[in-house]
Amino acid sequence: MANFILNGESISVDADPAMPILWVVREKLGLSGTKFGCGIAQCGACTVHLDGEPVRSCSTAVSQAEGREVTTIEGIAGPEGELTKVQQAWVSEQVPQCGYCQSGQIMSATALLRDNPSPSDADIDAAMSGNICRCGTYTRIRRAIKVASGQVEPRTEDLSEEA
Amino acid sequence: MNDMSPEKTEKSKLGKWSRRGFIGAGVLAGGGLLIGIGVRPGNPISSLAPKVAGGAGEQLVNSWVKIDTNNIITAIVPHCEMGQGAHSVLGQMLADELDADWANVRVMQAPADGSYVVTDTARMFLAPFTLNAADWIEPTWNGLFTQMARMADAMITGGSSSIRTTGQFSMRVAGASARKMLIGAAAESWGVPADEIVTRDSMLSHEASGNSAPYSEFATAAAEQPMDQTPTLKTRDQYRLMGRSKARTDIPAKINGTAEFGIDAAPEGLDLSYAAVVRPPVPGTEAISMDAGRAEGMSGVLQILNMGNFVAVVADSYWQAQQAVNTIAIEWSQSASPVKTMDDQFAVFAAALDEAGETGGSEVAARGDAQSALGEAATTISAEYRAPYLAHAPMEPLNCTAHVADGKCDIWTSTQVPLMARTEVASTIGLDTDDVIIHHPYLGGAFGRRLGAEYVAMAARVAQTTGYPVKLIWSREEDTQKALYRCADMSRLRAGLDDSGALVAYDSVFTQRHDPAEASVPAMYDIANTSVRAAEAELHLPFQAWRSVDHSQQGFFVESFIDEAAHAAGKDPLDYRLSMLTNAPRHKAVLEKVAEISGWREPSAEGTAKGVAIVESFGTIVAEVIEVDMSSGKPVMTDIWAVCDAGYVMNPDGFRNQIEGGIVFGLTAAMYGELELKGGAIVQSNFHDYQMLRINEVPNIEVALINSGDVPIGGAGEPGLPPAAPALANAIFAATGTRVRELPIAKQFA
Repeated sequence: MANFILNGESISVDADPAMPILWVVREKLGLSGTKFGCGIAQCGACTVHLDGEPVRSCSTAVSQAEGREVTTIEGIAGPEGELTKVQQAWVSEQVPQCGYCQSGQIMSATALLRDNPSPSDADIDAAMSGNICRCGTYTRIRRAIKVASGQVEPRTEDLSEEA
Repeated sequence: MNDMSPEKTEKSKLGKWSRRGFIGAGVLAGGGLLIGIGVRPGNPISSLAPKVAGGAGEQLVNSWVKIDTNNIITAIVPHCEMGQGAHSVLGQMLADELDADWANVRVMQAPADGSYVVTDTARMFLAPFTLNAADWIEPTWNGLFTQMARMADAMITGGSSSIRTTGQFSMRVAGASARKMLIGAAAESWGVPADEIVTRDSMLSHEASGNSAPYSEFATAAAEQPMDQTPTLKTRDQYRLMGRSKARTDIPAKINGTAEFGIDAAPEGLDLSYAAVVRPPVPGTEAISMDAGRAEGMSGVLQILNMGNFVAVVADSYWQAQQAVNTIAIEWSQSASPVKTMDDQFAVFAAALDEAGETGGSEVAARGDAQSALGEAATTISAEYRAPYLAHAPMEPLNCTAHVADGKCDIWTSTQVPLMARTEVASTIGLDTDDVIIHHPYLGGAFGRRLGAEYVAMAARVAQTTGYPVKLIWSREEDTQKALYRCADMSRLRAGLDDSGALVAYDSVFTQRHDPAEASVPAMYDIANTSVRAAEAELHLPFQAWRSVDHSQQGFFVESFIDEAAHAAGKDPLDYRLSMLTNAPRHKAVLEKVAEISGWREPSAEGTAKGVAIVESFGTIVAEVIEVDMSSGKPVMTDIWAVCDAGYVMNPDGFRNQIEGGIVFGLTAAMYGELELKGGAIVQSNFHDYQMLRINEVPNIEVALINSGDVPIGGAGEPGLPPAAPALANAIFAATGTRVRELPIAKQFA
């Protein structure tokens, strides 16, 4: 049995200790927001927090989570689903295209902003370069992080007359 | 759930073919109106009702829109959502013509049903009025018709076509037609003239009589109203939603983990098993034998299958299946292909180009007499360009969940072609297409890869063979090494300049011609003598359309070579292009605008330079300027500007997001994209050696839009890509004097 805290809830699950956290949460615990992208910690789509630190869950055995706290994309919003500042900025800047990598992007950005409330471009590069976005939303991710950290004003929803 | 009563079904009728498509209407049991647009004769609209009705409280107003009792309007769109934002914008277009309240509009993916065939997408390739191709490119029409035939029965998403075909010719017509029927019903009920009724925010009102009502109140009565096959559509000054950057409807679910992609399928009541697969490393070979001794004893393993063209392990979890399949020693049959390395592949191309020589091959386009003009030119230049094979590498690995039971097969998968997938599954496992049900949620990227459906058929075979409901997932390594590919190509180009440096003759010959057929033709430029030829050569790896298709190589070949001509003439590359655009005012305006926003005429810092390229693809003209810093010896992009003219942009912010993405996709290929071969098998395997651009390598991208006016509108998903590689290569030349004639770039400056 693997025992850990998932999104604030104590979990006991029958899983091979070597099984990556990714597959335990996806297949055994039914939380599919954490994504499989590469399986070798190269793309960041599977990023979760382990005791608050971003880790690649495709390459982190569930045994390493024993007794610790795992947070997935499903666990970052408030109790009534209130969006975090990072999530709000992802909406205001209309970041996602296909959206598949964005759980991992948001988990990486969330960890960055917790440690560094006002990251520079270089800080953003360092924290986010482990997350690939094949759709190419990088410029929006950068802007959204600056919005979430209060360095840039969010855009309004309807940018109507601009074109 | 709504259903049709037999006697009411008789009222179902299909309108005559019109320029905008078919409109058909039917009456629902219990009341309500059903209109479908863009359907083929023989597909009764009425049969769609149960498939799109969500619950007892809903009435179907038409097959593209339904209204529930709370006046919530749901637009039903036939295209898949793979990141391009089509769902949202198609909803915007319908809602605008319907005068719907956008806050209460929802978008729903149409079921995979033959009646949702995207007729307008196919018709785009039939209808010359939608295309801007120059008339002297006569032979390329054959290519268009080939594509049309392939797409004619497809519920397909591709070709940057959703907005400019389905949106323009179906969604808007559906919205306008439904609005007119609602007005008609209200006019009869209130006893007032229809033209005095005003619609706004999903409400009908009549000022003089003081009547007003939500659309839902007249949804049923609207069924008795005549259908207008060609309702008057709004003019631009009347748009309330079109042309505006409304927030995308799919984004809220994509930031909290609730968006469902194919790989997330968890069908209720099914206890899934998981399959991992190994496919042949060299195309066309098969597993002759295997030693699965180790895998058999591994925990969770349920079955090990040799399916001939792949080996599969089915296990309790995907991770166990993948671990086990990795241990199987497989003996593969020998490939007959002479190509073992990329040098071999390029030798095949070179042989075809050698044989074509200076005049041979099949004519793609011809104007004037290029051969004579080359002979008489004051200066001639020539160059050979190469592009490698590329994988699509969508972030969501290929996957499919299949359940075969009681003579039926349910499929859950991310696909651009649900109906073709259905046909492929049916023929593979021997069922009627009606007995195959495709569930297709969001796609985690596709870029053309999911126009192929072999992974869907594989899952169906495994499910049928084992009897398990099974989720089959390709590893990233399988996706990189054993999939379908953007083809490699080689092009030889020649140009003739007169005494003044003007380009008076142009000739190119290349080996790969797929779609769009005119991608290789520099039609916008005034070049009096042009000859473009194709010399077909065999590909070692299987072809699949890849974002912007032939433009992805041809944009690089043509716009790099035009740059070479500019430098040979001693002219500024942007001015040189402008001087050749006297018959292309839209292109000229785009190029002038990008010169303006990029500060083209201002000097760059030491070691830094700008490059420019302009390509029209999928109906949209895009010019890009890229600034590159070469002072470290390696290319570092410092700024990117793009100007686009799509005629009219339906959602500017969504459009810009697509252009930004297309640029990054193109630059990823330009900098890193390469698949090498060893023994005929692909060397690269995952993101560590098949590299993607990352956030630290992508500078600011400024995208400006020009709504040039009354022309057929262009696409968004692909047009940003083709100018990216040549703009970068041209910037590198400007900074270093080194001309890049093959991709990828990074390793040439390592």
